[in-house]
Amino acid sequence: MTNTIGDIETADVIIVEGSNTTENHPVISTFIKRAATLKGATLIVIDPRRLKLTESADKWLRLQPGTDIALINGFMHVLIEEDIYDKKFVETRTEGFEELKKTVKKYTPEYVEKITGVAAEDIVNTARTFAAAKRGCIVYCMGITQHTTGTDNVKSLANLSMLCGDLGIPGGGVNPLRGQNNVQGACDMGGLPNVFTAYQKVDGDDARIKYENAWDITGLSPKPGLAVTEMVQKAGEGELKALYIIGENPLVSDPDLNHAEKAFKNLDFLVVQDIFLTETTALADVVLPSFCFAEKNGTFTNTERRVQRVRKAVEAPGFARRDWKIICDIANRMGYPMNYPNANAIFEEIRLVTPSYAGITWERIEKEGIFWPCPTENHPGTPVLHAKQFTRGKGLFHAIDHRDPAEMTDEEYPFILTTGRLLFQYHTGTMTMKSAGLNFLAPECFVEISVNDAERLGLENGDLVDVVSRRGKIKTKAKISPKAVDGTLFIPFHFANAAANRLTNAKLDPVAKIPEFKVCAINIRKAA
Amino acid sequence: MFKDYYQILIGICKTKSQRYHKKNHKVHIDIKDFMEYLYFIYICNPVKTAYFKRGNPMGKENTIEINGNHFSFEPGETILEVAQKNNIFIPTLCHLKGATPTGSCRICVVEVEGARSLVASCAAPAARNMVVHTESPEVIKARRTIIRLLLSSGNHNCAIRDFDSKDWTQFQLRVLEEDGNEDLCPAWGDCKLQDLAYRYQVKTKGLPLSECQYPIEKVNPFIIRDFSRCILCGRCVQACREIQVNNAIDFGHRGANTKIIAGTDVALKDSDCVFCGQCVEVCPVGALTSTHDLELERFAKTKKVRTTCTFCGVGCQVEMTVQNNKIVKMASAGEDVAPNHGRLCVKGRYGFAFVGSPERITVPMIRKNGKLEGVTWDEALDLVASKFTGIKDEFGPDSLGVFTSARITNEENYIAQKFTRAVLKTNNVDHCARL
Ligand code: SF4
Ligand code: SF4
Ligand code: SF4
Ligand code: FES
Repeated sequence: MTNTIGDIETADVIIVEGSNTTENHPVISTFIKRAATLKGATLIVIDPRRLKLTESADKWLRLQPGTDIALINGFMHVLIEEDIYDKKFVETRTEGFEELKKTVKKYTPEYVEKITGVAAEDIVNTARTFAAAKRGCIVYCMGITQHTTGTDNVKSLANLSMLCGDLGIPGGGVNPLRGQNNVQGACDMGGLPNVFTAYQKVDGDDARIKYENAWDITGLSPKPGLAVTEMVQKAGEGELKALYIIGENPLVSDPDLNHAEKAFKNLDFLVVQDIFLTETTALADVVLPSFCFAEKNGTFTNTERRVQRVRKAVEAPGFARRDWKIICDIANRMGYPMNYPNANAIFEEIRLVTPSYAGITWERIEKEGIFWPCPTENHPGTPVLHAKQFTRGKGLFHAIDHRDPAEMTDEEYPFILTTGRLLFQYHTGTMTMKSAGLNFLAPECFVEISVNDAERLGLENGDLVDVVSRRGKIKTKAKISPKAVDGTLFIPFHFANAAANRLTNAKLDPVAKIPEFKVCAINIRKAA
Repeated sequence: MFKDYYQILIGICKTKSQRYHKKNHKVHIDIKDFMEYLYFIYICNPVKTAYFKRGNPMGKENTIEINGNHFSFEPGETILEVAQKNNIFIPTLCHLKGATPTGSCRICVVEVEGARSLVASCAAPAARNMVVHTESPEVIKARRTIIRLLLSSGNHNCAIRDFDSKDWTQFQLRVLEEDGNEDLCPAWGDCKLQDLAYRYQVKTKGLPLSECQYPIEKVNPFIIRDFSRCILCGRCVQACREIQVNNAIDFGHRGANTKIIAGTDVALKDSDCVFCGQCVEVCPVGALTSTHDLELERFAKTKKVRTTCTFCGVGCQVEMTVQNNKIVKMASAGEDVAPNHGRLCVKGRYGFAFVGSPERITVPMIRKNGKLEGVTWDEALDLVASKFTGIKDEFGPDSLGVFTSARITNEENYIAQKFTRAVLKTNNVDHCARL
């Protein structure tokens, strides 16, 4: 997030796009709902589904899945055409405006209505409302990123925010909500194929030399590595031989599972380190038991870039060991000594090589977390990014055209499938499904279907249905819901026995390598 | 000041009694502590107040006098807020920070010189040159009446009802005896009404218990609603409506039949309730409790640990309660603690069963003849190291890959990428952020 969670309550206008906030980030949704119902902010929800959050919204724009860029271009068209964008911000803080202007020229409200299904009038009004806001806040989540156009979707939202001059101010900003507790931290720590900590590029000589010195080693590879989805592909092709998986269950969460399963079986050697046996450990050659969050000391970095403490409360079961200790033990056996007395010592090493964390110490975050970047020990941290300038100096507008999703509906597969999470379960359910209470509230998989579609197919609530795509088939129950919109079905991906990801398309966004979980073509029929 | 002494003393009383498990029949007499407590409340307090009396900053703008001391305030601040800022104790029941004051319980009344009646400090804004007394005889009398009414309005069987300060030992004995009795209020020891009854020495001996016409609701996995202990303070409604904005509950059936209802008076599970448990966290008495609370052992050694929730990326600050190496309760770390300011969701509050699950993996395992078998750490680690080394030598570093995790700590992620880059010598490291 460019801004803080608390900031949301100070916004005048909030656009929530592609985020089922009340279920996926329930506590953040309270800030949004409070802003809208108690503090007088205007809330605009943009999503293919009639989400719970639309009940608190002033306006719900129902767009066709995968048409976000067209819609945002439509807003920008209106802003420029009516001359109501923030000229001072555009002149002093950005570049590339002329390009953008040319591109969005053809996205008239009428043209956009045809692509997105959002009424031209609503496009004009939303653009005007957002332009009039002193503090316009944009919140988004996987509904924006899990598309083959994911990176461009994100850039489009940044365009819109810059055009309205909403970046760098409290109550504004472009705010992605991170799905898992420490996604932000995993990225910051260099758990990515192309960067070391703090996004220092592996193919940059300076960073590599710095790391070789810090780690007392030579020969770090300058070649960017493979993303998760690419590793799965290479495993299938036999080029990747061994995989070490720590605390993930890709055999439920990966797209096009039937294909992924084959790929994993093709590995010579699979090591899985986890707290439970999962669908993935079922294929492992070695399983290593580790600690869960309540058993260890360390830090997580939340979605607003706040580094916070994790503290040990209970002893781990049996012979389980700390994740870092296990990894270090393997390194030592492979001839490279990695030894630390405790997690705090690791954090001290992180500070030495990570400029944005350099000023943070465990002592400083004892009571309250600090926002990175925090370069020195007397720096207060940075709650709002881009206040004076962007990382690259001036903010760059990206002129982007709409592209269709990788898979469109046709006669054989006439429905669009979109996947996501439920409030009462979490990710692949490894943790939440151990709670009898949560299972009581969300016991099993279902496919959410609109009243009209169900009637047309002769389906009753609770009927067993087959859902099929070009890649696979699952059997589940129909749930007729007011949330669903005609032509679009929703399936939660938590449940391994009816895994939505047997259906999904593994087509990736070319830059971020994110699969298109939010759109694929399917068909549905009553089970025989 | 006042509050601190009070809490320290209540603390002493509670820990002392906790040291004596109910099976231990030799109960220590805590009468000395109790006398000390009375001393602080009634004798020591005026002395202390006088001791800390500051110079009179008359003439300065926006100052208010509370118990003889002058304090400055910001326009719009309530009397209660000014008092709290300056560590002056005023009891509250219905007041909920962050929500509109309802002024319904009136326990927070104070005497304002010149006002016709006592004033609810949680709703009354501080005004220039106001003179306030927070513990005048009249105030104490009013509070006692309120507490007595509340105690007699429901099934407050935590033994405070019949409590006689002369008979502290008997009281302790009875609590120990009654503990384990299912009917004893689960909020015992963690109840604002009980605390206030101690503090203001309220007895309701002799008053009949009023019958409750509404049965306990237990038909959901997390929240128990015991209407017989509800004091109708409305905090839960405020929390649901204004803090979490779920609008699941409200006041229903007016008059003597008033009850907090969900939807059209249905069970929580059939209403808009999302089981965030905010109402339970704010309920000052034992009317709303968590099913987990039943597992709390009243006299077991208890540890509280502040940490960060492990589910989504909001990073809510939570306080875990641990007994016997088991998490028994999860609550927010407080309404002043960012980023969640006292709020949690159903997963964060109630989804911790996995930690102590018997299904946790406890030993390293190696697949032998198609089956995973338990082995020693040395065997497992040796195998992993030799396999990685072998594959790296034969097929090159880029034939290896690591999925690190968005679930583990920063320190562990750092170690995982360091291992991949420095030991395996490849950049094939990624995590499932995108999935
Ligand atoms: S659990 Fe949450 S949603 Fe349900 S009644 Fe309580 S505050 Fe409202
Ligand atoms: S349930 Fe608790 S919080 Fe709600 S009105 Fe009753 S006593 Fe107050
Ligand atoms: S309590 Fe809920 S909203 Fe907060 S971090 Fe945990 S899962 Fe997320
Ligand atoms: S706390 Fe002030 S009226 Fe209840």
